[in-house]
Amino acid sequence: MKSLQEIQQICETMHPELELRHEGSSEAKSKYEKHVLICGGTGCTSSGSMAIADALEKELVANGLEEKVQVVKTGCFGLCALGPIMIVYPEGTFYSRIKAKHVPQIVKEHLVEGNPVKELLYDETVTDEGIKSLNETSFYKKQHRVALRNCGVINPENIDEYIARDGYKALAKVVNEMKPEDVIQTILDSGLRGRGGGGFPTGMKWKLARTIVPDADQKYVCCNADEGDPGAFMDRSVLEGDPHVVLEAMSIAGYAIGATQGYIYVRAEYPIAVERLKIAIAQAREYGTLGKNIFGSDFSFDIDLRLGAGAFVCGEETALMTSIEGNRGEPRPRPPFPAEKGLYRKPTILNNVETYANVPQIILNGAEWFSSMGTEKSKGTKVFALGGKIKNTGLVEVPMGTTLREVIEEIGGGIPNGKKFKAAQTGGPSGGCISPENYDVPIDYDNLIAIGSMMGSGGLIVMDEDNCMVDIAKFFLEFTVDESCGKCTPCRIGTKRMYEMLDKITKGQAELADLDKLEELCYYIKANSLCGLGQTAPNPVLSTLKNFRNEYEAHVVAKKCPAGVCKDLLQFTVNAEKCVGCGLCAKNCPVHAISQGDYIAPGKKRAAFVIDASKCIKCGVCMSNCRPNAITRG
Amino acid sequence: MADINVKINGIPVTVPKGTTILEAAHTAGIDIPTFCYMKEINEIGACRICMVEINEGRGFRLVASCVYPLNVDNAEIRTNSPKVMDSRRKTLELILSTHDKKCLSCVRSGNCELQALCNEMGIDHEDVYEGEKPVYEIDNSAVHMYRDNNKCILCRRCVAVCEKWQGVGVIGANERGFKTFIGSAFEMGLGETSCVSCGQCIAVCPVGALSEKDYTDAVFKAIADDSKYVIVQTAPAVRAALGEEFGYPIGTNVEGKMAAALHRLGFDNVFDTDWGADLTIMEEANEFLDRFQNGGKLPMMTSCSPGWVKYCEHYFPDLIDNLSSCKSPHQMLGAMAKTYYAEKIGKDPKDIVVVSVMPCTAKKFECQRDDQNAAGVPDVDYVLTTRELARMIRRAGIKFTALPDEDFDNPLGLSSGAGDIFGATGGVMEAALRTAYCKLTGKEDEIVEFKEIRGTDGIKRAEIDINGTKIRVAVASGLANAGELLKRVQSGEEKVDFIEIMACPGGCVNGGGQPQQPASVRNFEDLRVLRAKALYDEDANKELRLSHLNEDVKKLYEEYLGRPGGHKSHKTLHTSYVKRSVN
Amino acid sequence: MATKTTVPFNGTAEQEKRLHEVIDAHRSDPGALMPVLQQAQEIYGYLPIEVQKIISNEMEIPLEKIYGVVTFYAQFSLYPKGKYNISVCLGTACYVKGSGDIYDKLQEILGIGDGECTADGRFSLEACRCIGACGLAPVLTVNEDVYGRLTTDKVKEILDKYE
Repeated sequence: MKSLQEIQQICETMHPELELRHEGSSEAKSKYEKHVLICGGTGCTSSGSMAIADALEKELVANGLEEKVQVVKTGCFGLCALGPIMIVYPEGTFYSRIKAKHVPQIVKEHLVEGNPVKELLYDETVTDEGIKSLNETSFYKKQHRVALRNCGVINPENIDEYIARDGYKALAKVVNEMKPEDVIQTILDSGLRGRGGGGFPTGMKWKLARTIVPDADQKYVCCNADEGDPGAFMDRSVLEGDPHVVLEAMSIAGYAIGATQGYIYVRAEYPIAVERLKIAIAQAREYGTLGKNIFGSDFSFDIDLRLGAGAFVCGEETALMTSIEGNRGEPRPRPPFPAEKGLYRKPTILNNVETYANVPQIILNGAEWFSSMGTEKSKGTKVFALGGKIKNTGLVEVPMGTTLREVIEEIGGGIPNGKKFKAAQTGGPSGGCISPENYDVPIDYDNLIAIGSMMGSGGLIVMDEDNCMVDIAKFFLEFTVDESCGKCTPCRIGTKRMYEMLDKITKGQAELADLDKLEELCYYIKANSLCGLGQTAPNPVLSTLKNFRNEYEAHVVAKKCPAGVCKDLLQFTVNAEKCVGCGLCAKNCPVHAISQGDYIAPGKKRAAFVIDASKCIKCGVCMSNCRPNAITRG
Repeated sequence: MADINVKINGIPVTVPKGTTILEAAHTAGIDIPTFCYMKEINEIGACRICMVEINEGRGFRLVASCVYPLNVDNAEIRTNSPKVMDSRRKTLELILSTHDKKCLSCVRSGNCELQALCNEMGIDHEDVYEGEKPVYEIDNSAVHMYRDNNKCILCRRCVAVCEKWQGVGVIGANERGFKTFIGSAFEMGLGETSCVSCGQCIAVCPVGALSEKDYTDAVFKAIADDSKYVIVQTAPAVRAALGEEFGYPIGTNVEGKMAAALHRLGFDNVFDTDWGADLTIMEEANEFLDRFQNGGKLPMMTSCSPGWVKYCEHYFPDLIDNLSSCKSPHQMLGAMAKTYYAEKIGKDPKDIVVVSVMPCTAKKFECQRDDQNAAGVPDVDYVLTTRELARMIRRAGIKFTALPDEDFDNPLGLSSGAGDIFGATGGVMEAALRTAYCKLTGKEDEIVEFKEIRGTDGIKRAEIDINGTKIRVAVASGLANAGELLKRVQSGEEKVDFIEIMACPGGCVNGGGQPQQPASVRNFEDLRVLRAKALYDEDANKELRLSHLNEDVKKLYEEYLGRPGGHKSHKTLHTSYVKRSVN
Repeated sequence: MATKTTVPFNGTAEQEKRLHEVIDAHRSDPGALMPVLQQAQEIYGYLPIEVQKIISNEMEIPLEKIYGVVTFYAQFSLYPKGKYNISVCLGTACYVKGSGDIYDKLQEILGIGDGECTADGRFSLEACRCIGACGLAPVLTVNEDVYGRLTTDKVKEILDKYE
């Protein structure tokens, strides 16, 4: 147990240490000359960052630098595409895609001799004027980090580093200086809305949970960390990079609504996040920021972890609670809402990780500070996981109201290989595909809904001209069919039928009337399903039907897949004018569908080859082997 | 709670705040179809057939009326708008896309809730949505029933009754999404599980997915076989429900027409299980008094309900010595038919076929148990449910409503009112106590009613003081209630001498073999109360209301058995139990 | 559903002791079934009927209810996994970069479908949801090893490492 004074003491001592990781800070004062930060998030760990950290520590000892250079394993920096990532402070030099074998060179040249290894730096930071720091790159420049403020900055396994960054200050303020009603009012005033997808005002949720059942003997605070949208990893990054912020915010929520117990429901597929949460909870209990009489007040609060077991539907609030109770994760009808009858039928609030990550900052900086960011109805910032056909795959946090163009072109570095932007998918299986004409719409909750998608938890998948929109819709429906809990009829059977209709379309077996039937079924499932999963499952279909109807029609009428994705509709043909008759295609064809014809194009020596469409299995091997690019697909 | 005013289809309705739309509509005389909804035990909002439109000030939207509480004054509800109808129709079309649609050969054709609603909603095409249709093997592993998941609509009513009413939970939803199906653990057949055969799942199934094993053909064949002497008997609760199959209001006692129909079906004798009930009381009251007065195993527990007996063997094997060793009434009658009566009519027991018409599916299991064969052949050959009897009557072209009232045949047909009330929870206990009272007081013909153990409460308790002798009794119906009671008995929290347990909630009147009432009836009428009333009325109107005064039973003891609990009784009327495991 | 295994159950007394300890540790917890199942799977590697029956008896939860829970969640397995379990990410980021083709290729090479195990018990194959390594898309894992930025022609090479 630590007293408030002791915690304040830790903050004062550690703060200058941490300031070293803030280039140009005048407050920096560390016992180390340099801090080397290595990403320990899932992305970089998967590509070997922990081996780099080990190598670095060994190399530092070998060079007698262990007292001068501190190695810090942080959470995600965001630029996953460039992982493994290493940053050297105080200068903020940014190494990307390094390997353990590069470590000796970096230690020798940079840490010993003071000359950064230019060829290993992120190319954008190497300029004629010198080396730019991380924060000057286009990826970071436009970002505004609130929820992610500690990610990639602190060691998530060290509570002192969290405290150094004003950690647990908000909780201390709340329990010592604020009434629960004031806390709720602050959150209400801030305009914070749920970051998990729905966008329900967080303060409103808290207020209901505080007041709706006045004589409740038990209430619960839950954290939804069952991030299951394919391609989304915002919550994972916060949990891996800054687990204490979630614990602190949940405690604040507990104080606000009058709960003493919290649960974090986290995906078991996130082992690093689970491990760091376990460490954080143990440390918080040790320091007394969780447990009885927090900071000497009457307020007691504890948190337990619950692991998901691979069911996307458990991200739905009632399903999540059903699952914590030890059941099949099937949603329950609402009303009653969880604020009235939630976990074990007691008043419960459930917020997602990113929502919580904003809370301590709102308490410390005030509602006005928060509401000054963002748009009229969507305040603050939003974290997006950029994925798909984009250069800078990774995690970004931008003020609400930033346009898609800014996120994709400026921060995301645009689309690789000179391809054209075709669509951006937000909201995962619940969201929709945004077409190029909405490239400049400011992103916020209401605008996204207006253009047929939704915020969702923040997955943002970019697609280019090579992606078939019918295929994408089918992909999401396949996901929904797999993840439907099977409780209600519209979702259980309806999504399956939708998937089958889409499958028919991609095989060229559908007629125009089927598109109307599909659309009708979509609207039916939206209006009749039991929970959010079913109610939003048709969105990927509806948004693509609306924005890319011509592509559907091409599949149905012309029996063509314009993007060349749907195998059944593909045809490989040899352009006889270009074919040089080398026969490489025929040699590589696994089913012997290619043979030499009679026609010799003008200027060519040998007869062109011909593909027998009835034998072709559309594997594309011929095309990838054709040197004069004479084979086309369409 | 305060009342609120809403409009349903333009009709003003005032209901207490929090009332569901479904209930509010019912009070306004508006039916909303449901599949999954069962009050209190299955309020899951899953099937979405009850969707209605509601406007609470922010425009109309669709909600599930069965679980949607009315909390906003002046809400407007539409239960039959084009949008609602369209939703309902699509839900049905989707259900049909996974249903086997073999209506013509389905046992439920004509009283299938899915079929009826399709008809009501004007479904004119069965295959609007084509696609993958799961195919399931029919489970015929249980003695008493079939499960055909090809007809299942996943309403989960069966799951709810098995778990919540019966505390058994051997069926449930497995897998998820489109692959979800109702089944048992590890794809075990029902016969391999600790299913107690109560049949409540069948009684609540809206479609033909669950059905009893039908023996009507075998019985018709036996009747037609000249070498067989075919005796039929009917349980008390059958007469209180059979009429429902022929359009009579719930709770109509059709005893006379039923006896007439059985005669017309060609049975050689039409006997009454109520006679067997009186005989059971002779043995059971004697057994109880013997245990009570001579330090036998207490509490003694009744053994008339074979679902309960099987439950006890699986879930409370340590208590099987507490079970009365008495066979159930129809087994007693069967035993006497093949011994005592066989001698009287000079027939070889092998040539006698005893058919029991029961409100029960567990009796199909019971008649095949060991130690139920007084004459060396099974006491009972076939058990038919009330529903199967109705099928036989229809198949034979008997116009039930036009039948005259007839009596049961003698000598196994006379019964007391005490025998009649066996069909309702508390009835066996009351019948036994009536006789015990007379025995203990010596007042042979004083009729005492024990109203404190009547009614539909899950667990009822009473302390009876007979001439200073205090007997503590408890009555439970529904096996979840029974389990709760027995746990307290085992822990010593509950001190009791005599326990009556009926597997089915409310007793046999609500048995798993009784006519299936659709959700639209079940959710708004209490079948247990209405049917039990028919039996209590019959009892109240009888001269003979004490089992020990039944002249034909007395004659049986004089001519054949000797005394209750005597050697011959033990050989023919008592049985034994086995410990079983839980699966 | 995965194909049924013919491997007989060979749980040890030590494993059963650990399972009982896990159950005892959760006695007072009303929602204990999920954590107990998760830890049981850690102990045994899968959740066969023998294990589920112990949990059913000890926790007084009907076996069918446990089975219903186990078959609901993708992470619970009724069958043992291969020595090397291959998981192919079919999350959006991986899918748009061609992980579907890689998955097909693996099925073709190994001759098994989703959730199945090769006859020699060496490899099992499953599709998984996003593991969050989107920067490396398309991704697969073999037990704890992660392989990213894959193409179909790299598949054979990876498998060869585990022969």
